Amino acid sequence: MNVPNNLFYAKTHEWARKEGNKVYVGITDHAQHEITDIVHVELPEVGKEFSKEQPCAVVESVKSAFDIYCPVSGKVVEVNEELLSAPELINQSPYEKGYFFVLEVANEEDFKSLLNDEDYKKIIEG
Amino acid sequence: MNYIPISSKDKKEMFESIGVKDTEELLSLQIPEVLRAKKLNLPGSMSEQQLLSLFKGYAQKNKSDLVCFRGAGVYDHFVPSIVDEIVGRSEFWTAYTPYQAEASQGTLQAIFEYQSIICQLTGLDCSNASMYDGATAVAEAVILAIRTTRKNKVIVSKALNPEYISVMETYIKNLNTEIIKVDIDDKTGSISKDTLNNIIDENVAAVVIQNPNFFGNIEDMQALSEITKSKKALFISVVNLVSLGLLATPAEYGADIAVGEGQVFGNQMYMGGSTFGFMAVTKALEWKMPGRIVGQTVDKDGKRGFVLTLQSREQHIRREKATSNICTNAALNSFAACVYAAYLGAAGIKELAEANISKARYAFDEIKNIKGFTPLFKDGVFFNEFVFKTDKDIKKINEELLKENILGPLSLSQICSLNGGYDNCLMFSVTEKRTKQEIDKLAEILSRV
Amino acid sequence: MNNNKTLNEIKSNRNEEKIVECDVALNANIDDKYKRKSVPNIPNISENSLLRHYTNLSRKNYALSTTMYPLGSCTMKHNPLVNEKIAKFDGFSSVHPYQDEETMQGSLEVMYELQKGLSEISGMDYFTFQPAAGAHGEYTGLLIIAKYFKSRNEKRTKIIVPDSAHGTNPASAALAGFEIISVKSDEHGIVSPENLKQVLNSDVAAMMMTVPNTLGVFEKNIKEITKLMHDNGSLMYYDGANLNAVMGILRPADIGFDVMHINLHKTFSTPHGGGGPGSGPVGVKAFLKEFLPSPFVVKEEGTFKFHFNDKEKSIGQMKAFYGNFPVILKACAYIKALGADGLTEASKQAVVNANYILSKLKDKVKIPAGNCCMHEFAMSLKGALGDGIRTLDVAKRLLDNGYYAPTIYFPLIVEEAMMIEPTETESKQTLDEFVETLINIFEESKTNPEAVHNAPVNTSVKRLNEVEAARHPILHW
Repeated sequence: MNVPNNLFYAKTHEWARKEGNKVYVGITDHAQHEITDIVHVELPEVGKEFSKEQPCAVVESVKSAFDIYCPVSGKVVEVNEELLSAPELINQSPYEKGYFFVLEVANEEDFKSLLNDEDYKKIIEG
Repeated sequence: MNYIPISSKDKKEMFESIGVKDTEELLSLQIPEVLRAKKLNLPGSMSEQQLLSLFKGYAQKNKSDLVCFRGAGVYDHFVPSIVDEIVGRSEFWTAYTPYQAEASQGTLQAIFEYQSIICQLTGLDCSNASMYDGATAVAEAVILAIRTTRKNKVIVSKALNPEYISVMETYIKNLNTEIIKVDIDDKTGSISKDTLNNIIDENVAAVVIQNPNFFGNIEDMQALSEITKSKKALFISVVNLVSLGLLATPAEYGADIAVGEGQVFGNQMYMGGSTFGFMAVTKALEWKMPGRIVGQTVDKDGKRGFVLTLQSREQHIRREKATSNICTNAALNSFAACVYAAYLGAAGIKELAEANISKARYAFDEIKNIKGFTPLFKDGVFFNEFVFKTDKDIKKINEELLKENILGPLSLSQICSLNGGYDNCLMFSVTEKRTKQEIDKLAEILSRV
Repeated sequence: MNNNKTLNEIKSNRNEEKIVECDVALNANIDDKYKRKSVPNIPNISENSLLRHYTNLSRKNYALSTTMYPLGSCTMKHNPLVNEKIAKFDGFSSVHPYQDEETMQGSLEVMYELQKGLSEISGMDYFTFQPAAGAHGEYTGLLIIAKYFKSRNEKRTKIIVPDSAHGTNPASAALAGFEIISVKSDEHGIVSPENLKQVLNSDVAAMMMTVPNTLGVFEKNIKEITKLMHDNGSLMYYDGANLNAVMGILRPADIGFDVMHINLHKTFSTPHGGGGPGSGPVGVKAFLKEFLPSPFVVKEEGTFKFHFNDKEKSIGQMKAFYGNFPVILKACAYIKALGADGLTEASKQAVVNANYILSKLKDKVKIPAGNCCMHEFAMSLKGALGDGIRTLDVAKRLLDNGYYAPTIYFPLIVEEAMMIEPTETESKQTLDEFVETLINIFEESKTNPEAVHNAPVNTSVKRLNEVEAARHPILHW
């Protein structure tokens, strides 16, 4: 399972990538594998603010739906609209083309409680 | 009759396999004695022949097969023989919801064809498999709009069918939503642009307009839709399928959602109880739509087939987060509509609409010439229903008509949810099923009462 | 002949003759701005072509009239033919809803008779027929519960739902504005008073229960549960999806339920129609009568009348008019045909049939219910199948053998679940053959897993690509 070492991880299988005061958010390779073929995503509105661990998106397979929780608090500044017509990108490229949205970070402190790649690997390997 | 094909010999063998001596023992293993019911206090069983005669008796207590000039949401249209023949095939009516797609291609393709016909008639991109009826379809459309726009005001026309308003009010009572009702213009019997313009604002989630409206009048949907869009609200159009053979499609005037009562297509009246609601939406709202949806796909050999799709919207997956709680809907009624529309074809649907409006206009002209009858809306443009004010005794009129086996016009004061204002008003419905002779007879009786 | 077309692929083949007669002068001109611009793409084809099209389509369906339909929680019992005949009587079909009451006494009497029958079977005092399906009934019942507490100025915002419940339960409760608390089933698959106590507080309006539950297990703590709830000031809602197990055996009202819905299209034999029309009448105890939707039928001095509840008290209207009348009619005929003994016998035999199948399968699979069940049972196929073979594959292989598949992956609390409800209207021979087929498939999943994994091959199409259907939806021609 691919777990890049430049990302932060939440226990609920989201990842966050820092770029300046912006952060890209998506779900991990492990998560997309467990969900299987993703057929639809519901993305948040641009401008909406979320606090850490608040549900912010939904990802759906043929027979199930999962809430996605915001890994850090912040305001949505961009969503990946490509996912609406091609949700399979999340399966194909969970860390690049399959990102969900970009946040403007509200509180840098939030990153401290996220996991690094090593700790996340321990979780998924149980 | 109890329809149980098990003999006492069978039972004995079954009890042996289960390891009990009889049904009582089997039940006592599971249900405490104190909870058991007394013997049911109902009559004994009946044979098929007895049953038929009992229900024939009930049927005869109704006055039925009347020449019907009453509508207001449920209409007496002609149903061609092929509808009963096809819908009456047990392969369709004894099937369950098509969860096992490979064993349900008949039902699934039929729903796909139904959805296609609704899309063709409304011009919209996406239809569901059906709702319970027109009223609940309106209610669900309004909920969809409130959830999508995250706004909390809804504007509805006072010329929306009062049954629909009433059901919608029940449905959205818990959503903290304000309902604003728009008055109609006294002369045209329809909503004027200015009235809507004056009350709409940015907090409105949806504007709900029926066309033709409850009183039969055609609305300027284009203008109303434009005003709605300018405030970023959704335009919900409540339409009569029969009228779509002639009138502009919801897509043509920019509706986001089209809903309505489907009984008019291929379903008998049954006291208002053999109905279905249809709902179609634009592509943008596809994943927000309630209810079942069928999609086309391929099997593993690449052969075309049909499946239930976009299922993660639904209650069996989303539970409390579903777009709606709807499960069983009105598949067989919508199938009747599908067969009906397929029988008529595009050409027949146009003929149907033209016959309705032509006959209604003929009847209107005949009644207008009778002393004591004045059109309620002097500048109204109607489809197949219209309202007259009369100084005659309404009760007497309908009694006289009934003597001749005619179900006369609806007295609007009878509809309590209209809240008065329509005393001495009679609403006539004239479908393609009414003959010239029947209309002449109606006029003749009206003039002599 | 190619019988695999969709309707739009049949070329228009009618002549110029009109299909809708109009014996007055054509007078259909309207202002251009009101007029339709596009022509719908619906071909104009002959009755002959259309008859063939849909007759061929019907042959691609498995239906109760062609095979056994052991769908758990759906009660796919035989739909008596006489009921269909009765429902076609002109005397019922041509009645307009706004006719005067005195001109539709027959239809009102049928509704009244059904109310009486359902009241006796369930113990509830009053019924509304407006709800058009089970979920619609749940919604109605929950609105009644909400209104009841409102009338008492009690703020109760929560509904308890067991984790084994149908998905419609939480969905309906959410629609009615409630928050949902899920209560975990214990190791026997039932609700334990201990688990219930942990979530019970003064916010709880009601609990929804299916009895017997979706595992086919009777909730043996029910008396204690209803007492706990009532002592807490809360109400009990009975989901009637499984009423076929208990007619004449126990009555929901007697064991402490206050509100319930009944699925006429399950227990009372009305056909399912490929997904409706159904009917989900809601019954209440007398203290909730004033909250029912209007109108319902009452009998006064030998005449049947619509009774309208006070507008302020009633929850309001749930559907236009009075309910799905043909369904009401068929259910009424069913109750009359069976009578008191027949109804009781139907439930008893439904229980016997389910237990008979269970007795033949209990050594092969895990059955959470244990050694006996009510009218249905859920089993877990985990461990019973060859490597890599799942419950879904078994379901598809049953289709190859001519059976409709049981409910699968429900209830959610059973891994690799398969849920069987045979109903009382199957013969012993059918049950025997079904069990034999199922056991053969379990075997086959080990000896020839490919055959099971590739199933179905005998249906009109093979396994369909549901992922593509949802990712890139094609929803019309």
